[in-house]
Formats: sequence, structure tokens, C-alpha cells
Amino acid sequence: MSDHPTRRVALECMLWAGSGLLWTVVGGVPRSALIGGARAAEANFSFAQISDSHIGFSRDPNLDTPGTLQAALDLVRAAPARPSLLLHTGDVSHLSKPAEFDVAAKLIGATGIPTAYVPGEHDVLDDAGKSFIDRFQRGMKQGAAGGAYYSFDQAGIHFIGLNNVSDPKAGGMGNLGAAQLAWLAADLQGRSASTPIVVFAHIPLWVIYPQWGWGTDDGAQALGLLQRFGSVTVLNGHIHQVMQKVEGNVAFHTARATAFPQPAPGSAPSPGPMKVEAGRLRSFLGVASITHVQGTAPLAIIDTPLGA
Amino acid sequence: MQRRLIVLGLAGAALPAHAAKATAAKATATVVIDNFTFTPAMLQVSVGTTVTFVNHDYLPHSIVSAQSPPSFKSKALDTDDSFTHIFDSAGNYSYFCGLHPHMKGMVMVA
Repeated sequence: MSDHPTRRVALECMLWAGSGLLWTVVGGVPRSALIGGARAAEANFSFAQISDSHIGFSRDPNLDTPGTLQAALDLVRAAPARPSLLLHTGDVSHLSKPAEFDVAAKLIGATGIPTAYVPGEHDVLDDAGKSFIDRFQRGMKQGAAGGAYYSFDQAGIHFIGLNNVSDPKAGGMGNLGAAQLAWLAADLQGRSASTPIVVFAHIPLWVIYPQWGWGTDDGAQALGLLQRFGSVTVLNGHIHQVMQKVEGNVAFHTARATAFPQPAPGSAPSPGPMKVEAGRLRSFLGVASITHVQGTAPLAIIDTPLGA
Repeated sequence: MQRRLIVLGLAGAALPAHAAKATAAKATATVVIDNFTFTPAMLQVSVGTTVTFVNHDYLPHSIVSAQSPPSFKSKALDTDDSFTHIFDSAGNYSYFCGLHPHMKGMVMVA
């Protein structure tokens, strides 16, 4: 961004401004609203998503990634419906260094909220993700040894954590691979179509902008396996900005980073960190909260910015 | 096979001065990474050239040979980190970024 942002750029920035989002699973269908909204009071199960904390990154526009992660966690803790579960959708660290993992584990662990992690490409450097799995997926039954993907059930929701960063192909985008897809098919087999499904993975499972690799090459195959379910919510990170769409019974949502924003697709020469005006960084960062309410209601996903 | 080796041997014998010169010069070349792009995307070098890849982006990248298994692979290169590899046999070597696999490049060694 230039030193003198145009009004258009300023308006584009406003689209990402804000940091808190409350998700409500109404009748098995997740919807989101402003954290602090009235709906939180009627909730009986809530969880939150954080993403892209990039601990270890320390350059413009963020010299304090632990500080912004802490701010996001404070926001989660301050939510009126305290989340029972935290999802981290990857890029916990910047360079997979043990010291980076230590800082993240300590800050997130201090919330006391059980946390389910999937890796981002920054978390699986050099050792194929072994140290990430050992540290952040302990106690999860791996879909395949060393695969970094798994599923679990909580509050009637079937959660599926996928790994689309460990098996990149030249010229490709995110990739799940045949073994993971076969595991997913087996994991879903025999499950009732009325079970609410929440899928979380780092790189968006839907294709947002292939020129920047923002999508998953075999994501459509995974979504095909989920087609028969009445309520599917797909939560991703990687692109450091909120994007969402609804397609049939599937609601897609990408979360803001807690570290730094990235530009809108095609709006910059590359997806490198977006420079922001001094003092405005935190308006580009955030968390998403999701709350489950028994009942029936139509699907609606609304992103509401908290700050300007 | 044997016949081919003989031909190659003759060709080599015909160019001793050239070969010696190239070795003495220790050919080098550089590929830079800016804005998630390898430049030059296609690099032509002679056999034995040392190629250095330098990352100028704020985000890390890596260099991974597209061969299976990879014939060369760097660690993640943080800002201004570099990786060198000596291409000591002729051929076309495709590579990509292990973090952002849509980033591709090729080193053509002749």
C-alpha cells in the first residue's frame, strides 16, 4: 500500500476491519454474528476459530505476533458465551521453530480451552510435520500415522481436521492426497446425514484465487463426500482475511489472521503481508466464534466487523 | 550404449581448452525470489554451474526439485536467505516452492 492510500483502498480496508465474530449453530446450522450479540446468551455450545498466528514473524506490519495472538485470545475469553473449544487453522508458527511453537503453546494453553489444531505450510518445514503433530495433535487419533488429520465428536457435531499442506505438487495449490480422501470417505461412512459437520483445514478447500495458490486441488473431491450432509461448515485460514460463501448445504468461511493481513486476491503484485497504517493493525486481525443452539432456523452467515 | 560413450569421449577430447576454461571460471548464476516469483523463471546454464537462489520476500520460500524423489531441496529460506546447488549434469530441472507450490521455475543445464 502506498503512503497515501486512496479512498478506494481505504474502503477496501474497511471491509476487513473488525475482529470479533460470533458463530451460532442454529438447528445444526452455523451462523455468525457480532461477538457480544444477544444470541450468545441462548447458546448451549460455542467454539472459536483462530488462525495464522505466525509466531516468529517480526517485520512490518507486525513486530509483536505474540502480542496480537494474546489480544485475539483475550477476545475469545471475553465472549459472553465462553467457547468450550478452540480451533486453530494453521500457521501457528512462522518457521516451525521449537521456540515459536513454545510461545504459541504457552499463550493458547493459558486460556484453559481445549484446542484442536491443523498445520499450515509454515508448521511442517523440515521434519514433515512430526514436531507439530507431537506437540499440537497429541491425544488425537491420527487418520494415518504422521498424517496430521483426524476427527472427533463434540456436542453432537462431527469435527474433521484436514491437512492440505504436507504434500504439495509442483504447480499446484493445497493438496489432500488420495490416502486422506480415502480416510475421509471411511470416516463419514455410516454417519447420519443430519449430523452437523465442521471441517477445518489451513488452505481454503474451495478455489478462491488459483494465481496465488488459494485453493485445494482435490478439495472438490472432499466436498463431494460431504454433499449428503444437511449442514456442513468449512473453516479455513491461510489468506489472512474473511471470505465466505454458501453453496447448497455447505457454508465456507475463512478467518482473519492474528498476525498480519494479506491483500485481496489480485489487488497486489503478490500475497505478501499487507502494510497498514500505524495504529490500525488490530482492526485487520481477529477471531471467529461459533455457537451451537438446538432448534431450527434457515442458514445465514453474516460477518460483522467490530472496529473501524 | 558402448558406442554412445565412445562418441561422447571423442567430443570431450575435441574440446579440452573450452572445458578447462569453464571449470576455471567456476560458472555461477543467481535466481531471485520477489513477489512470489522466481526470476529468471527459466535459467540456462552450462554443466557444473553453481546456482544460488535468494529470497527477497517477507515470507519464507523453499526450493524443491519437481523430480520424485526430489534431486535437490532447500530448507525454508527466510528473508534474504539463500540456497546453492551445483548442477553437474545436463538436463532440464523443474523446481517449485515447497510452501507455495504454484511458484515454479526451471534450470536448463547443457
